[in-house]
Amino acid sequence: MTTQKNSFSVALFSVLFGLIIGAIIMLVFGYNPISGYMALLGSAFGSMQDIGGVLTQMTPLILTALGFTVAQTAGFFNIGLSGQALAGWVGAVWYSLSFPNMPVYLMIPSALIIGAGLGALAGAIPGWLRAQFGASEVIVTIMMNYILLFLGNNILQNTMSKGIKESAETTKQVGANASLQMKWLTDLTQGSSISAGIFISLIMIIVVWFIMTKTTLGFEIRAVGLNTDAAKYAGMSTKRNAVVAMAISGGLAGLAGTIEGLGNYLNFFTQNGSPAIGFDGMAVALLGGGSYLGILGAAAILSVLKIGGLGMPMSSGVPFELVDIVTASIIFFVGASYLIKLMQARIKAMDDKAAQTTEAKKLSNVGSASDSNQKGGE
Amino acid sequence: MSLMAMLALIISSTLVYSAPLIFTSIGGTFSERAGVVNVGLEGFMGMGAFASVVFNLTFADTLGAATPWLGLLAGAIVGLLFSLLHAVATVTLRADHIISGTVINLMAPALGVFLIKVLYGKGQTAPIAQDFGYASVPGLSKIPLFGQLFFEKTSGPAWLAILVAIISWYIIFKTKFGLRLRSVGENPQAADTLGLNVARLRYSGVMISGLLGGVGGAVVAQSISLNYSASTIVGQGFMAMAAMIFGRWNPIGALFASLFFGLSQSLAVIGAQLPGLNNVPSIWLQIAPYILTIIVLVFFFGKTRAPKADGVNYIKAA
Repeated sequence: MTTQKNSFSVALFSVLFGLIIGAIIMLVFGYNPISGYMALLGSAFGSMQDIGGVLTQMTPLILTALGFTVAQTAGFFNIGLSGQALAGWVGAVWYSLSFPNMPVYLMIPSALIIGAGLGALAGAIPGWLRAQFGASEVIVTIMMNYILLFLGNNILQNTMSKGIKESAETTKQVGANASLQMKWLTDLTQGSSISAGIFISLIMIIVVWFIMTKTTLGFEIRAVGLNTDAAKYAGMSTKRNAVVAMAISGGLAGLAGTIEGLGNYLNFFTQNGSPAIGFDGMAVALLGGGSYLGILGAAAILSVLKIGGLGMPMSSGVPFELVDIVTASIIFFVGASYLIKLMQARIKAMDDKAAQTTEAKKLSNVGSASDSNQKGGE
Repeated sequence: MSLMAMLALIISSTLVYSAPLIFTSIGGTFSERAGVVNVGLEGFMGMGAFASVVFNLTFADTLGAATPWLGLLAGAIVGLLFSLLHAVATVTLRADHIISGTVINLMAPALGVFLIKVLYGKGQTAPIAQDFGYASVPGLSKIPLFGQLFFEKTSGPAWLAILVAIISWYIIFKTKFGLRLRSVGENPQAADTLGLNVARLRYSGVMISGLLGGVGGAVVAQSISLNYSASTIVGQGFMAMAAMIFGRWNPIGALFASLFFGLSQSLAVIGAQLPGLNNVPSIWLQIAPYILTIIVLVFFFGKTRAPKADGVNYIKAA
């Protein structure tokens, strides 16, 4: 589970190859790839509303990807991002509906803290269980995804008072005092569900980058992730760092869920499965290759695909799932970057060889005897 | 409800819910014993479920009652082919195993639903005509008491799964192939020095996991969900992965872990019919299996140890 730092070109080639695979699949099944991709671009960038949709989609993905990266840096595989996000979502919506008269300057910060805090708690538990008892965080986070999913639905259906519910399956919309949507943004994007969440996400990229690379805490988390024994020998508490890293990871996911609740949907409704933002966030982190700017780019690309894909069935007949196949292919090539690096090395070798032969020709024109030596050295 | 009837109900539903987990977790065991981390079990199951349902819908008329069993075969073949993607990525192209597994999980439902839309024009299939249902094991069901509880009106795939678990234990721990498989998972360099083909062994580990994962998915589709849609396989692969770790990378351990998960999942489903449990709020029955798993993991198992070279790519010196 090593963090692979991918060069920008690997990511670029991966996206290109992923799109080519998508085009081949469209051709095989009798769709026109050009009109398919035009439809994709059209519904991702066709109007300000579409662009708002892309930014809305990006918002939680950035946060869950950051969460995945922090846990991975500490040597944890956090598959629990979706459950942690759900905890934040339910908690924040429930809290804000319970205090409809709280002024906005108190409500929003406290709701964000509660949502992120619940996510952090849901992340800290598996971190602590692994640090204290050696229990695999993979199993615990998988199990907690289910627990939180069922608990969330149960809180909605049985615990919340009737007064804050629209029906048995959905809550009422959160009030204006808790909504993260901003009028000028909504107007600008013709009524998309974009919110101030996108700014929170962008700020969090900087905050997490700063914590992880410029502070003692970040240094310790990285040290523990790279070599637990060495970190322990250097006097760092591996237990504390495990819990803190997983809490940060879960907190970021919880924040993502909070923004889904208070910014995007403005309510909570019965979930059939763990929210997709958890696994999509993993994909974003992997495409971003563990770099913070990479996460931003990767979130943008995957969101364009997701939102663009929604328009594909209407205008080109291509099933929406094609974009998920493209996404998976992109991540495949990121993972198999060895293939791309190998190809780059081949191309470079050929260039070098071409340069060498021209060099050699020049030399042989002058009448040098080193020509044969050079060939032998290849 | 009489005690016998209650026990029979619990046992048969436990077997139904365990069967897919047993197959898939043993598949995962083969892959990880060979040193390839397999978070893609969910995806293998998805493709197996997809293939078996398409097969079942296409051939149910001609094949009759044998259809679900041949559907297992279809799931196995498609699962195996799909697992080649994971094998090529991790063994040949040196990809990070987690990334490759994530790709498998992202790809399977997308590909499955895409193909279903192409084939049938809608996002989910019609229900299958021939499913596993409940059958009695001939001969064994005649044993008094015991036969009645375990072999009458029981799940056929579950007993096949238990058989597979025993055979897999024998293969992994008692045969030359198993020894070699484990050696490339523990110390590929040493194995290579002794003349073993690390890449080939790792390929076979992953392909067995694809085969068994495909079977697991086919069992879910043909005995529980009875059709295919994006929500046929939601999390069973991850449960199987947990069962594999819980079972400490041992097929018999995986078998018992899967039975445990199957029991607790089935209690959530049939709890309302059982005296004593029917007054418990359903939320507790729903989350009990997962909480129990965490508790058992923490207090009774503690540290689990994966094969040493699990997830480590072996790059042969040129």
